[in-house]
Amino acid sequence: MAAKRLGKSTVKFTNPPIIVGTGTIVGPIEGKGPLASDFDVVLPDHAYGERTPERSETKILEQAAKIAIERAKIDKSMVDYYMAGDLLNQVISASYSARQLSIPYFGLYGACSTCAMSLALAGMVIDGGFADYVLVACSSHYQTAERQYRYPIELNIQRKTTSQYTVTGAGAALLASSGIGPKVTWATTGKVVDLGSKDVNDMGGAMAPAAADTLLTHFADTGRGPGDYDLILTGDLASFGSEMLKELVTDNGVELGDNYRDCGLMLFDTKSQRVGAGGSGCACSAVVTFGHVLKEMEKGTYRNVLLIATGALMSPLSCQQGESIPCIAHAVVIEA
Amino acid sequence: MASQKAKKQVSNLPHMTQASQEEKRQQLAYKELVQKRKPRPRYLRNVLVAFVVGGAIAVLGQLVLGFFVSRGLDLDAASAPTLAVMILVGVVATGLGIYDELGEFAGAGAAVPITGFANTIVAAAMDFKREGWVLGMGAKMFIIAGPVIVYATLAGVAVAFIKFITSP
Amino acid sequence: MTYLYAFLVGGAICAIGQLILDFTNLTPGHMLVILTVAGAIAGGLDLYQPLLKFAGAGALTPVSGFGASIARGALAEAKRIGILGLFTGVFEYTGMGVAVAVFFGTLVALIANPKS
Repeated sequence: MAAKRLGKSTVKFTNPPIIVGTGTIVGPIEGKGPLASDFDVVLPDHAYGERTPERSETKILEQAAKIAIERAKIDKSMVDYYMAGDLLNQVISASYSARQLSIPYFGLYGACSTCAMSLALAGMVIDGGFADYVLVACSSHYQTAERQYRYPIELNIQRKTTSQYTVTGAGAALLASSGIGPKVTWATTGKVVDLGSKDVNDMGGAMAPAAADTLLTHFADTGRGPGDYDLILTGDLASFGSEMLKELVTDNGVELGDNYRDCGLMLFDTKSQRVGAGGSGCACSAVVTFGHVLKEMEKGTYRNVLLIATGALMSPLSCQQGESIPCIAHAVVIEA
Repeated sequence: MASQKAKKQVSNLPHMTQASQEEKRQQLAYKELVQKRKPRPRYLRNVLVAFVVGGAIAVLGQLVLGFFVSRGLDLDAASAPTLAVMILVGVVATGLGIYDELGEFAGAGAAVPITGFANTIVAAAMDFKREGWVLGMGAKMFIIAGPVIVYATLAGVAVAFIKFITSP
Repeated sequence: MTYLYAFLVGGAICAIGQLILDFTNLTPGHMLVILTVAGAIAGGLDLYQPLLKFAGAGALTPVSGFGASIARGALAEAKRIGILGLFTGVFEYTGMGVAVAVFFGTLVALIANPKS
């Protein structure tokens, strides 16, 4: 068995990568939420001076990546890899942002799980000795996601009780083989879980089994439990999905207590802001983790955090053809 | 042929069928759990708001219809310009960016009136124009209204045909 | 009095639409097609006409009225000029509305962008 592997699907980094710089940008609605002050840039509107929302998303992704490099106080040319992803067909936001950055690039698709996925991959690349600096980033945009997955923006549509709001934003982090900052220490790769859900208005409910599977696998592989973490963070299960996750893991003898939160619920005031059941999208876990959680770790609020970013891997095409929604969740541990 | 045989062999493996049965049981159990726990819509509130807003739009339509009737048109002849005026109302409200808000508030109360039908056309036009005037807006303007027209025509012509040949 | 009936009937048809949305997993698109086809069937069988007389725009402005108008147009022309009227009459009452939507919809799309 590979030396750094634990159990079924967890790796433990012997030279854990260090997060030396982050950049976060959020849209106008997120900018009115409770975490607003934690982000580097808050957009005045969705368009951000661009002709199309797709261009606006590319712009914020690129900008977040540049901020992360700047914060790390290194030169762009020192970055060995850029790993990025988003929700759009052919991950265009990531690839178009890479066109501007001219750093060797891996385009990733993990739907809303991309944030944890990129952290895990970057960790393996750095710990494997293949790179000193890896830039990870992901983005989502309310208007581009709405256009691709749902309906035209101005269409009259009433949200369902479990509908979620795609976060407009981008989060980037620069990981390094040496330096000062929080470390990514473990990573558990999820497998695709599909319990047959076909309801495109209920992503949280569809993704909860994948999150439960990865969480239980992580605990089994590492021998840890919920009490070993100051914060267990799911990406975008929102109100209904996190309720289902708690129920699913309770059935397996794991109790999630007060240290369990969901990024989609932290980013908004779900009572006063009209975001349905909570936030979703690649940027949801990225901006909360890189913006809010890492700042709190710096202050000492949290020492070790388990991030489980969840993704629904369907497309509008597969759903219209009657396929159910395959889901995935990746977990990474970040320690101060 | 060879691949067919292989396929048959695979599906005959006993552990596979067992696994899929276990999977099916899990899927069913989860589906039931989701059904049980999913937050219900506010049925009464939604239906009341839809009723009031939809009714109000109908009253607006009646004002328009009454106007055309008072100008000497009969009910049949007045229905075309009434529909046209109401569609224009929906078009303008969409352009101002208020019809989607009304839809979020009133659900079917905004979607069912002909103003909502107009909204589906304009919303699509505004959205898809960025993919070009021909293949974007031109092709996708009726992305939601299209099925309505298609099935209304199919059903309308078929039923009218039956009525036509059966009535003396 | 027609105004009250228009309110009640128009509201009731929308309420039916809302019930379909809330009690089934159908999308708004499916719901609209169901109501329109129901209207078209009723219109083709001359059953929608009494409702129109009774409630005016309450029956005319919901999409069911749009469906009924399509069927009524087809039937009326068929009665007038024979079987080909089924096809020439389809958009008799609704064609104007569709043309208005296309024309002014394009005009709006020229000047306005999606906001929220």
